[in-house]
Amino acid sequence: MDKQFVQEFIAQRVAKELHDGDVVNLGIGLPTLVANYVPHDKAVMFQSENGFVGLGPTPSEDNIDPYITNAGGKPVTIKNGGIFFDSATSFGIIRGGHVDLTVLGALQVDEKGNIANYMIPGKMVPGMGGAMDLISGARKVIVAMEHTAKGSLKILKECSLPLTAANEVNLIVTEMGVIEVTDKGLILKEINPEFSIEEVQAATEPTLIIAEDLKNMEV
Amino acid sequence: MNKLISIEEAVSQIKDGDILMIGGFLSVGAPLNLIDALVAKGTKNLTLICNDSGFADSGVGKLVVNKQFSTIIASHIGTNKETGRQMLEGETEVILTPQGTLAEQIRCSCYGLGGFLTRTGVGTKVQDGKDVIEIDGTKYLLEKPLKADFALIFAQKADKYGNLVYHGAAQNFNSVMAGAATTTIVEVLEYSEEALDPDIAETPGVFVNYIVKGAR
Repeated sequence: MDKQFVQEFIAQRVAKELHDGDVVNLGIGLPTLVANYVPHDKAVMFQSENGFVGLGPTPSEDNIDPYITNAGGKPVTIKNGGIFFDSATSFGIIRGGHVDLTVLGALQVDEKGNIANYMIPGKMVPGMGGAMDLISGARKVIVAMEHTAKGSLKILKECSLPLTAANEVNLIVTEMGVIEVTDKGLILKEINPEFSIEEVQAATEPTLIIAEDLKNMEV
Repeated sequence: MNKLISIEEAVSQIKDGDILMIGGFLSVGAPLNLIDALVAKGTKNLTLICNDSGFADSGVGKLVVNKQFSTIIASHIGTNKETGRQMLEGETEVILTPQGTLAEQIRCSCYGLGGFLTRTGVGTKVQDGKDVIEIDGTKYLLEKPLKADFALIFAQKADKYGNLVYHGAAQNFNSVMAGAATTTIVEVLEYSEEALDPDIAETPGVFVNYIVKGAR
């Protein structure tokens, strides 16, 4: 599977987790693609942490407003029913549990639901932006990422990189399957039929608990 | 009193070593004319409190490239490689702060609060050196207010009383910083001698000391 196909596949599967009426915040990169696959029968309101809910698609060249951008600084639109607010209100919405779901990428995630996605000491130090608040504050946290990074494991027994948040991840969606984080450990709930359980386990450091009703991962 | 002053009068008040809050989010809604005037003035050893460090060629990023900060407190510096370079080579102290915590630390300063408790950062490096307080079984970090000498902010429109309205996502940190520093200076696209509709105005003029006009 090529990279773009893998990313679209993961985004499509994450979109199935959306519920009618959800307020959702998508991280930059792969998670942004989820917006393209919102089921037509579900009204979802996207929150943009730079200060609005009702995030809409990219405008045409003629309709760009330089003051309406997403949290990555790219031009976007605001939908009917959306509203602008300041950063204190934006993070009140986030910390206060008014965001139903956040979807983020990760450098590492572990079996305790810890996530590392904001720095590699001495190398990459972009900063956490709003990620720490989002992961701690959102009602549900989904990590959407490729299962491994060029072969090196990303789903670990314990994250080695500085944590973005501790014990907050609920679900991990990769091209190999869907994994739920529980007190007992990581449960493989769905598997992409292109892979065997052994292959998924080999790409995952902690021992996976295989769900009794293991399903095929479908999008 | 007359709050409308020139950009030159505004930046002449800022001295070496001052602490500045600067509004904007990746340069969107940043007071670009005030920033350019400060770049031209070359004031040094400043502390920056801002969501991010902008881009090398726009917004607060120009002040970073001009090496005018000794300390930067921000949530994100990834869009300006120069900030990362200065941080890794020890030229500038960079304090990375979660975005929501940063906004609330600024808000506390404006609203006369001694700090606040947040779950954000518990169990991470952000916790280092901070008091952890447990309330009803949940752990929180005690975060203290951030104070500044100047807040340089941007709004769409001001009336002569300093009441402000914003446009689009340009509100971001601007209305939070208004009143959080000893002196608040707002750059606006439109200025009106007529009072704004009090039902619509978003930032009360009591938080605003000076207004400058900045064309785009």
